[in-house]
Amino acid sequence: MRWMWIDRVVEIEPRKRLVAVKNVSMAEEHLHDHFPAEPGLPALPVMPASLILEGMAQTGGVLVGQAEEFRYKIVLGKVSKYEIRREATPGCVLRYTATVLRMDEQGSSIAGHIALLEPTRLRDGFVEIGTVEMMFSHLDGSMGGAGVSGVDFPEHNFVFGEAFRTMLSGSGITIS
Amino acid sequence: MAATMTRDEIFQKVKTVLVDALAVDEDEVSSQASLIKDLGAESIDFLDIVFKLEQTFGFKIAQGELFPENVAQNPEYVQAGKVTPKGISELKSKLPHLNFEKWESDPALGKLAEMFTVDTIVRFVEKKLS
Repeated sequence: MRWMWIDRVVEIEPRKRLVAVKNVSMAEEHLHDHFPAEPGLPALPVMPASLILEGMAQTGGVLVGQAEEFRYKIVLGKVSKYEIRREATPGCVLRYTATVLRMDEQGSSIAGHIALLEPTRLRDGFVEIGTVEMMFSHLDGSMGGAGVSGVDFPEHNFVFGEAFRTMLSGSGITIS
Repeated sequence: MAATMTRDEIFQKVKTVLVDALAVDEDEVSSQASLIKDLGAESIDFLDIVFKLEQTFGFKIAQGELFPENVAQNPEYVQAGKVTPKGISELKSKLPHLNFEKWESDPALGKLAEMFTVDTIVRFVEKKLS
């Protein structure tokens, strides 16, 4: 199963913009190791910045995948910029907003905004804590390096598999 | 504005695009620098460069217009890793901004991408604007 780093898509403007949320929970085992208590230091559970980036990539991936009805395998190709300014701790909600900068058949470029809702600062609402610029490659069966490496990508869409379908159908988006 | 841009003005703008897309220093972007060998470009970077050139110069670049495509998969164009004479003439007609001189004597497919230099991009932009 694919590790999902968004819980739900909450807004979608096809081909333009998509917003998703992720609830950070103490039930996520990796938070117990990131960072565990050490002698003299209490445990500090924070969501790893790399996984926040993955959440942003999944948000952008759904946006550009949906544009062609999930026909292509959308693969993160490049992170041009990533800045994150605050930690996301259990109880927080992360909100990812992906906006298409440029998209064609081969790939796309996305601007991402990351906002945080902290349980102790509900009145502030979502506060922006980071920005991302990333690019995706849009792959189909013919782009596996066939003829060069001799290896084809599998026919089935390994990107938008069962876990994505479940998350998307829970958000009211169906993959045909 | 486009018509009045000098070659050096184009070069400066292309340099900004490459510094941004490839995270290299300005002084690395010389006219003869190879995008792959000297500036470390990878395949996704080529798409990034296309997007950024479009944004900078305000024109559209069609798929296959700046960088070659659909060559490797075609057995008429590539045999045993070498581009065939038919493939070469196809490339020449599709990519007039590319200088094939040195490569032509040993037209290895794997070396084609290395021929793309900063100057190739400048020439491409120059042709697009004229």
